[in-house]
Amino acid sequence: MAKVIESGEALDFTQFPDDRGHFGAFGGRFVPELLMAPLEELAQAYARYRDDEAFQAELYADLEHYVGRPTPLYHAQRWSGKIGGAQIHLKREDLDHTGAHKINNTMGQALLASRMGKTRIVGETGAGQHGVATASVAARLGLECVIYMGADDVDRQAVNVYRMRLLGAHVVPVESGSRTLKDALNEAFRDWASNVDNTFYIIGTVSGPHPYPLLVRDFQAVIGRETRQQMLASHGCLPDALVACVGGGSNAIGLFHPFLGDESVAIYGVEAGGDGVASGRHAAPLAAGRPGVLHGNRTYLMESDDGQITGTHSVSAGLDYPGVGPEHAWLKDIGRAQYVSVTDDEAVAAFHEVTRTEGIIPALETAHGLAYAAQLAARMRPDQTIVVNLSGRGDKDIDTVARLEGMAL
Amino acid sequence: MSRIPRRFEQLREQGRKALIPYITGGDPEPAATVGLMQRLVSSGADIVEVGIPFSDPMADGPTIQRACERALAHGTSTRDILGMIREFRRGDSDTPVVLMGYLNPMEQMGYEVFAREAAAAGVDAVLTVDLPPEEGHELVTALTEYDLDPIWLVAPTTRQERIEAICSVARGFVYYVSLKGVTGAATLDFDDVARHVDQIARATQLPVGVGFGIRDAETAARIAGVADGVVVGSAIVQLIGDNAGDAAARETAVGDLAAGMRRAMDQTENYHRPEAS
Repeated sequence: MAKVIESGEALDFTQFPDDRGHFGAFGGRFVPELLMAPLEELAQAYARYRDDEAFQAELYADLEHYVGRPTPLYHAQRWSGKIGGAQIHLKREDLDHTGAHKINNTMGQALLASRMGKTRIVGETGAGQHGVATASVAARLGLECVIYMGADDVDRQAVNVYRMRLLGAHVVPVESGSRTLKDALNEAFRDWASNVDNTFYIIGTVSGPHPYPLLVRDFQAVIGRETRQQMLASHGCLPDALVACVGGGSNAIGLFHPFLGDESVAIYGVEAGGDGVASGRHAAPLAAGRPGVLHGNRTYLMESDDGQITGTHSVSAGLDYPGVGPEHAWLKDIGRAQYVSVTDDEAVAAFHEVTRTEGIIPALETAHGLAYAAQLAARMRPDQTIVVNLSGRGDKDIDTVARLEGMAL
Repeated sequence: MSRIPRRFEQLREQGRKALIPYITGGDPEPAATVGLMQRLVSSGADIVEVGIPFSDPMADGPTIQRACERALAHGTSTRDILGMIREFRRGDSDTPVVLMGYLNPMEQMGYEVFAREAAAAGVDAVLTVDLPPEEGHELVTALTEYDLDPIWLVAPTTRQERIEAICSVARGFVYYVSLKGVTGAATLDFDDVARHVDQIARATQLPVGVGFGIRDAETAARIAGVADGVVVGSAIVQLIGDNAGDAAARETAVGDLAAGMRRAMDQTENYHRPEAS
């Protein structure tokens, strides 16, 4: 937070990004000319519906009755007691319909697509959560749906692939490049470029060209707004710290954004440390990358000295991405949020610990946030509070966890 | 001074249109590129585009994407590409060379360093696929300082006011992307291309090159009937990939395609562009 205070006046975080999508030096719109017009069309449509009461009322009705909001803020009493430090509260996004926070955004974008007269949805997915959330809302609204997924992720997340197909989506395995999430994004952009007239691209995270980082953040910020109300109602004060895992960073920005102006609230984003950041086998661009341009925006990237995007490694498919949302890049540089990492092993240990202590099976992505929250809580007082975004449930990961224990299900 | 205006001037005097083939630098291996450039020129190319391979070429279809993967498998770097162009220049001081690539490799090298080294290697122009003019100020400043032409794309989705804005900062030529899609995609609507080229021609005196979807002599000739230049990428890159293991066969195949396009284009009646308003 140092730099925010040094500037002498509090930043108004609602004023970012600027009208060309910049968060300081990050963000923007770096796309082939063909996509400039559809992005402008999207930005204008969103500007119209962002403050449109009828649109917002429809969205909130769906969030309540279809997604299941508001989600509980649950005090993980037994786990907090075992750690012996701060009280950990879990924002239960795992209880959202389809099992993760992703549907807050897909619901919003799909409604926007319908209002814009688009009949076909494309999306990309890593762990499959965004793909399932996209396929679900497409089914709900009667839209054609195509989901691109890295071929390696198709193998790792077979259950979610089948769920998407049950929901009527066409799942396309992407064999190019590193066969993971970044390659699925490339392919989704290509599809969109080829079918701009009838197609809406639902990006799953706070990345991509302007206005995506803005609109995904806005749709996910319901998480932080509810958390704020729930904390004030139950404790009469704000939490001392927020923790969330960061791949592209949509669940994290959703929790963080409504608290950015509250200097008393410490904010921690947790990247995937893989085998350890020092090993080079990780997915932690904020910890070990540098600024560059990929997928339409300037942000921190994992890349070679020659500017080629490098392969990432994480036990969790959803964090296996070499970039990160531009707003996180900016929050890191101005010092408003701290970004840390935990390893695969630490995340898996936290997965087991929370499962056994609280009876909640978290997603492996989420387990990264939980692992860091435990370390943080141990350094804090029992009268302090931490809110962790429990961004998704772990049913999709039980094959992976079983394999780590040498079992095939 | 860039060689591009002079080249288009010569072509205009001869009543011919520019054949502008594209190859990915370092594909299928770094040693192949200079020979392919030379063969393209001897087969009738007027300007050669060389791509800097990138790991995530989101505007390109599978053909050029695989070319990037082949080049990167040999570790081809941006400086390696500039080395190839330097070598090409030892035997050819006339043919304009356009570097085509994505922003990140240029940005990691540093815009100023990139522009200086590209100019020193004998590059004439730079087309950055994922950089719209709005975000391009710094790179364009660096390119302009070293007399490199920034080439900009115009797409079927680009509206008239924006065409005018792009043309106002363009140099060398304006590149019209003739399809909604990625490189190497399906079929062309020639009337639609002609309409868009006219629209661009009303906004600028610069020549208009057309690319995307031009795969054989016949389409090249039809495009030459409506535009000042014909850009051919995926059709050539496909032949390079098909003949990756055989240098002689590769150069022959690429040379034959270019020569066939050249002949067909030169038989096309001259197209008379409307006067710029």
